[in-house]
Amino acid sequence: MTAFNPQLDQQGRLKHFLSTEGLNRQILSTILDYAESFAGVGDRAVKKVPLLRGKTVVNLFFEPSTRTRTTFELAAKRLSADVLNINIAASAANKGETLQDTLHTLEAMHCDMFVVRHGNSGAAHFIASQVAENIHVINAGDGSHAHPTQAMLDMFTIRRHKPDFAPLRVAIVGDIAHSRVARSEIHALNVLGVSDIRVIAPKTLLPKNIENLGVRVFHDLAEGLQDVDVITMLRLQRERIKNAVLPSEHEYFSCFGLTEKRLGVAKPDVIVMHPGPINRGIEIDSQVADGERSVILQQVSHGIAIRMAVMAMVMGSAPSEKPGEKAGGG
Amino acid sequence: MRIKINNGHVICPATRVDGRGDVYIADGKIISVIDPMEGFTAELELTLNGQYVCPGIVDLSVHLREPGFEHKATIASESEAAARSGVTSLVCPPDTWPVIDTPAVVELIHQRQYRVDKTRIYPLGALTKGLAGEQLTEMAALKQAGCIGFSNACRPIVNTEALRRALEYAAGFAVPVFISPEDSYLKNNGVMHEGQISARLGLPGIPETAETTAISRALLLIEQTGVTAHFCRLSSARGVAMIKEAKQQGLPVTADVGICHLYLTEIDVDGFNSQCHLLPPLRTDRDKHALLDGLRSGAIDAVCSDHQPHDEDAKAAPFGATEPGASTLEVLAPLMFNLADTHGFSLERILRALTCQPAAIAGLDAGALEPGAKADLFIFDTNRQWTVKADELTSAGKNTPFDNWEMNGKTSHTILNGKVVYEDP
Repeated sequence: MTAFNPQLDQQGRLKHFLSTEGLNRQILSTILDYAESFAGVGDRAVKKVPLLRGKTVVNLFFEPSTRTRTTFELAAKRLSADVLNINIAASAANKGETLQDTLHTLEAMHCDMFVVRHGNSGAAHFIASQVAENIHVINAGDGSHAHPTQAMLDMFTIRRHKPDFAPLRVAIVGDIAHSRVARSEIHALNVLGVSDIRVIAPKTLLPKNIENLGVRVFHDLAEGLQDVDVITMLRLQRERIKNAVLPSEHEYFSCFGLTEKRLGVAKPDVIVMHPGPINRGIEIDSQVADGERSVILQQVSHGIAIRMAVMAMVMGSAPSEKPGEKAGGG
Repeated sequence: MRIKINNGHVICPATRVDGRGDVYIADGKIISVIDPMEGFTAELELTLNGQYVCPGIVDLSVHLREPGFEHKATIASESEAAARSGVTSLVCPPDTWPVIDTPAVVELIHQRQYRVDKTRIYPLGALTKGLAGEQLTEMAALKQAGCIGFSNACRPIVNTEALRRALEYAAGFAVPVFISPEDSYLKNNGVMHEGQISARLGLPGIPETAETTAISRALLLIEQTGVTAHFCRLSSARGVAMIKEAKQQGLPVTADVGICHLYLTEIDVDGFNSQCHLLPPLRTDRDKHALLDGLRSGAIDAVCSDHQPHDEDAKAAPFGATEPGASTLEVLAPLMFNLADTHGFSLERILRALTCQPAAIAGLDAGALEPGAKADLFIFDTNRQWTVKADELTSAGKNTPFDNWEMNGKTSHTILNGKVVYEDP
């Protein structure tokens, strides 16, 4: 018996992109391959392909965001779709309209895709369960649950530097408990076959039973970074200090902040990632963030290619060239 | 009305009756159980084929939603659902609006009840005004108006001194205090059990210690104040063990569990199933088995529906934004009888937890089939199979986690005060 998977249609094709969990290696690899084929579009004189011409994409953001929303917008425009940005924080939801009513109102405007960010875990799943059959939903971050396009652009960035996932040692450092990026990365890394996935954080920033997701847990940065190929640093929210989760930013940086010196125990060709926006001097030292091991800006531009790939795939408009044709290209 | 029930299988744990026979009812009272009565003329005869005849269920927690939340359910709608389930006495918590903290609200509930007359309703009075956990309510007046005990419902009293005084004051009224053990700081913004599923779903977790530290604080204050206390809705193995130990030490405590917690676990929340958003949360399989063991050993005295009907909107949102609770009145009896088949419980043990024990906890004259007792009973037919369909529930709350579950058995008749208030067509 195959379990019901809300992300797939009856033919097993990607219909919504809600989480990296529950998708197989073939689907995740295909997303990466398509993204390779889109990666060059931004360098052309005409930065557009006509795959989603005539379609309307709604960016439905219940939480503020700059880079995720703008890269989704750019991705949709490069696919020739019409884009509608709706910032709910300043919209009807504040006038007492329910989420369902907002969705049905937008559906009545004949939109084809919702890109959703919401503060509640499970919001994208809920929205996918509510919308009409012909509407596709992409999760742009729900609570502490998932941020699958961020995880896939991180996978894309890793693959560009280290084409074989299997032998990699990957460390995720910081506020795992509240991080949707961490959860989505952990699932994606496991599906793609990475053999050693580590999470490094003080106990108060780790959810109970996190090891069940297929990671090794470290509370000591130097120990956890030993011989790693990839490091993802997570953003630390100030409210963790207000809420008695951590004593101070200073102590956090002194124990878990990434510095050039600490990088010394990792592999010499280690890459350093961060989903942004970064807190310099809190989770990462400027020297590292701007240093030669940092791939943080590459992540941003890869974000556009990944989002184009995911949008095209869920709409059933895969690019014409075969997947993998340009894999590994620059 | 004079009723004769022929050829039933009468089970009454309170009187240790377990056997085939007839039950005679007249003028709202039971006249005879099994002992034949020559010359009894019945206006109504119900002839059975060995179906179970049991004392009416005493449900220790049913949210009626009235007054204040009539868009979710009403006393009329939920009384119908109770009758359909064999629940002839129910205790309603004080978290209505206005809160049951004045005799006027108690009177309003009783008036509505008399008008409907399908089940007996016993309100719990608020332990503190407005359930705010600060000032004491007028407990003497509330008791006189008909409150059978006091409770702060699901709003834990944060201030330990206020809790001490509330328990101490209540101890003078010879009624139980119902405690829902929860430490609000440890619960924090949690919406499900803190464990492997919450780690995956990224939902804020409620640790087991939210329950156990609250139990431990309450037990020490119960010891100090001498109040009789009833712990509502245990959810964890550790909680059961603590209650068991307290009983062994001779503390005047009892405990119940909600029916959902005997069947569902944190795994049922997976996929963000808001119908399984409950408080206390569904915990692990190990906890579920400890609750079943506690029921078997007597550490847990009663099983209640913990019925919480909701309107559709309350569950139609992202998980964390939904309201906790499930509509469970109509599955309570079948799920309890089913424990005999699935977990080897005796029917005596099952009915004890549904009838005489909850009646004793709430101080009610109910839960026994014996001559002179109020004729509150129900007939349960284990041969009537049915499928739960959320839309077809009698309760105004269609929020069931058991949608499409197959049930092996159904209440065929409910008799309240010597009158048939429900008959399955």
